[in-house]
Amino acid sequence: MNATRRPEGLDDAFAEAPAEPTVPAIGLVGWARWAWRQLTSMRVALLLLMLLAVAAVPGTMVPQRAQSPEKVTAFLAAHTTAGPWLDRLGFFSVYTSVWFSAIYLLLFVSLVGCIVPRVRLHAGALRGRPPRTPARFGRFPAQGSGRSDDEPRVVVERAAAVLRAPHRVPFVRAYRVDVHDEGQGTWSVSAERGYLRETGNLVFHLALVGLLVAVAAGQLLHYRGQVLVVAGHGFANAQSQYDTFERGSAFDPSSLVPFTLALESFDSSFDPTTLAARDFTAHVTLTEPGAAPQPATIKVNHPLTAGGALVYLQGNGYAPDLQVTDAAGQVAFSGPVPFLPQDSVYTSRGVVKVPDVSGGQRQIGLTGYLLPTAVQMGTGWRSVNPQPQDPLLVLTVWSGDLGLDTGVPQNVYTLDTAKLTQSRTADGQPVTILLRPGDTVQLPDGLGQVTFKALPRYVALDLRDDPATGWVLAFALTALAGLAASLFAPRRRLWIRARSTTDRDQGPTVVTAAGLARGDDLGLDDELDRVLAATVGRAPAPDDDPPAGTSGEVSAQEARG
Amino acid sequence: MSAADLSTLLVWFATTAFTIALLAWTTDLARIAERSTARRSAAAPVAEPVAVGAAVGARTGSAGGDRAAVTPPAPLRSARAEGIGRSTGTLGVLLLLAGVVARGIAAGRWPTANMYEFTLVGVLVAMGVLTVVQRRRALPFVAVVVTGISVLALALALLVFYVQAEAVQPALQSYWLVLHVGVAIIATGVFTVGFASSVLQVLRDGREAGRSHLDRSWGAADPVRRALAGWKVTGRRFAWLDQVPPARALESLTFRLLSVGFVLWTFTLIGGAIWAEHAWGRYWGWDPKEVGTFIAWVVYAAYLHARTTRGWSGRRAAFIVWVGYAVVLANFTVINLVVTGKHSYSGLG
Repeated sequence: MNATRRPEGLDDAFAEAPAEPTVPAIGLVGWARWAWRQLTSMRVALLLLMLLAVAAVPGTMVPQRAQSPEKVTAFLAAHTTAGPWLDRLGFFSVYTSVWFSAIYLLLFVSLVGCIVPRVRLHAGALRGRPPRTPARFGRFPAQGSGRSDDEPRVVVERAAAVLRAPHRVPFVRAYRVDVHDEGQGTWSVSAERGYLRETGNLVFHLALVGLLVAVAAGQLLHYRGQVLVVAGHGFANAQSQYDTFERGSAFDPSSLVPFTLALESFDSSFDPTTLAARDFTAHVTLTEPGAAPQPATIKVNHPLTAGGALVYLQGNGYAPDLQVTDAAGQVAFSGPVPFLPQDSVYTSRGVVKVPDVSGGQRQIGLTGYLLPTAVQMGTGWRSVNPQPQDPLLVLTVWSGDLGLDTGVPQNVYTLDTAKLTQSRTADGQPVTILLRPGDTVQLPDGLGQVTFKALPRYVALDLRDDPATGWVLAFALTALAGLAASLFAPRRRLWIRARSTTDRDQGPTVVTAAGLARGDDLGLDDELDRVLAATVGRAPAPDDDPPAGTSGEVSAQEARG
Repeated sequence: MSAADLSTLLVWFATTAFTIALLAWTTDLARIAERSTARRSAAAPVAEPVAVGAAVGARTGSAGGDRAAVTPPAPLRSARAEGIGRSTGTLGVLLLLAGVVARGIAAGRWPTANMYEFTLVGVLVAMGVLTVVQRRRALPFVAVVVTGISVLALALALLVFYVQAEAVQPALQSYWLVLHVGVAIIATGVFTVGFASSVLQVLRDGREAGRSHLDRSWGAADPVRRALAGWKVTGRRFAWLDQVPPARALESLTFRLLSVGFVLWTFTLIGGAIWAEHAWGRYWGWDPKEVGTFIAWVVYAAYLHARTTRGWSGRRAAFIVWVGYAVVLANFTVINLVVTGKHSYSGLG
């Protein structure tokens, strides 16, 4: 569309390069060159952009391993025919799949192939001069004319000064300006502005490449660890201390700063009527190597910086402090057990695994719920408030072999009941034991006794260090700035010509002007009028329609083709 | 009356005002169609071929000629309908603004925390942009589309998305609630007006070119085509299209709106990533909402590229705008209500 609007004979840097003839030369090099030309063409870039948009869609339709592995498992169980095929085709990890990566990598190759020649071209254009004044102004989208009493040379020098002067943006030359003596008393000025437009465009695209590189660097250099900390306890920043630890292939574990972090207390507040969460604050003590312990807080949206890493508060719950004594009177288990909240009133689920400490004892598994504020509903119990106003532990009892001695790592939140038997009452119902803080209850089947000592809070912390985030942010902001410049900085060329005339009625000098803009430019006509009015040496008449014959008259016409 | 109740009442009033504005703009549009048809039939029977011929000439681009060819000697608009449309539209914007402010006071925070509030502010921005765009010239069709979408969105908000005004959960307690969500809403409002303008552009383009998909046989579906025969873009029902600015002026308007929208959308992505880094410990995690925002960004980027690609500018680029707007809407509704992700803040069960 722009091509049709551009006057002929102006196919320099302003115009788009004509389509290269795509005649494949014979031989491998020729084909490679042809493929490269295709890949770096705008048409293929457009196609790849659309493909990228389409390829990103399945990730919102099908569960993704990286975000919710349990949903992927459920999906595979539900779709036994399609599931394995989708899995093979990478639909459960779309954003790391071969086809998704291929699209964005091709897009970036295409981008680089397109941008690099443009950078070279633009670097030349930045040193270049505005194009010479065209002989005829007839076909330009914006035109104007006027009369002046001054000599052509004076008029043109004045036009050059007006064009050079900063306009709107202080201290920045508006136009690059050349004055031409065209002979026979005719002078002209050519001016160009808006190199920023192409600069912004190139900066935007190059910043996207930088962004991709920074993200990739972050993938290689980052580490992330998750740890659950009970109030009154702490942990040290070492890989072995984390419940889960994940790192990029270029990360060096010995670079972990060995700070320690202890959870002193945890505060939570909830809306009294809707019970929705309002605030979570973890009060911690941070001890960095060689420094005194420092009190600090961690809140949602306010991570703590420790040893170069960021510590996020990702979850919280209750960890009942339990002590189990076996039938021989030995303490077989003692300590806080984190229970995982299942709903907004913190009905929490957990498992206690009690090993055999004295000879001849069975291993014991306790599984059940913690209710922070328990209310009896018929035969069952439920929680009505997330705060521990009347906490109650409801547990069932299993005994036998927990599988602790096999050496296979176990999920601490589930009980493998394959080699366990559940304690039951005489009428075959599972035995349920109820515990409130301070209670000690005898376990059934002579297994021993359990004491509910206290109910401390715990927090789930997420530690992450990605040294590239600063670069990612810097490139993203550079891209934003470049984008704004490329879309909003007008690119214009103006020409003004002054020549003497013998017709002295309206002033001895005829001034004509033309303007050309790249793309849509609503301000072009106003700009031409402004420059022309200042050039003819007279402020425009206060009324819009000066009477004919006034010297210094300006008439601009719009001729958008 | 509490501030929350007052807010709801004001939103209902605003919806009513917008409905009246919608009726006024529709009347204006119908009046234009009616009068230009009347004028055409009052003129010689050869009037229509001449008009079509002129339009074709204008499209191939004779400098300065198109405006004269398609602009009739006098305006055909209904001044009264336009006056009602403008004044009730402005009144609605003011009422909605008051409603949003009252909502913020009632909740004791910036009112962009759930779908109800997002819709309210989004409609406010769309109608505000419409008022600004219409400041100099009336665009009844754009007004009908934008006001229509706004009335539907407000009704949906009041009847489906409504939740009580209250404080927000810890993850939303951040100034990014103002910046990230606020800019996302403004971008959505701007995209809405840009979409309306691109629809108008395509219709006008079809009429200028004198071509309709209803002219050719649809094969097996031909009965459907015959049933729709009255809705040819070249036919009388679309005579009002002769009154709207030329397709290229509309294309330029669409582009300017979408340029602004795209920059705002880019900021939404970046701001969202910064907030995600603060709240969730990662700047990008392919959460469904992040993916949706990314897809919309890529589609609008494709539009910007299509505009400068030979063979893709004009109509085809406008179709990409429609896809982009559909993605923006789906990203707001489907992703919030159907898909579970970290952005499930609708507050609806």
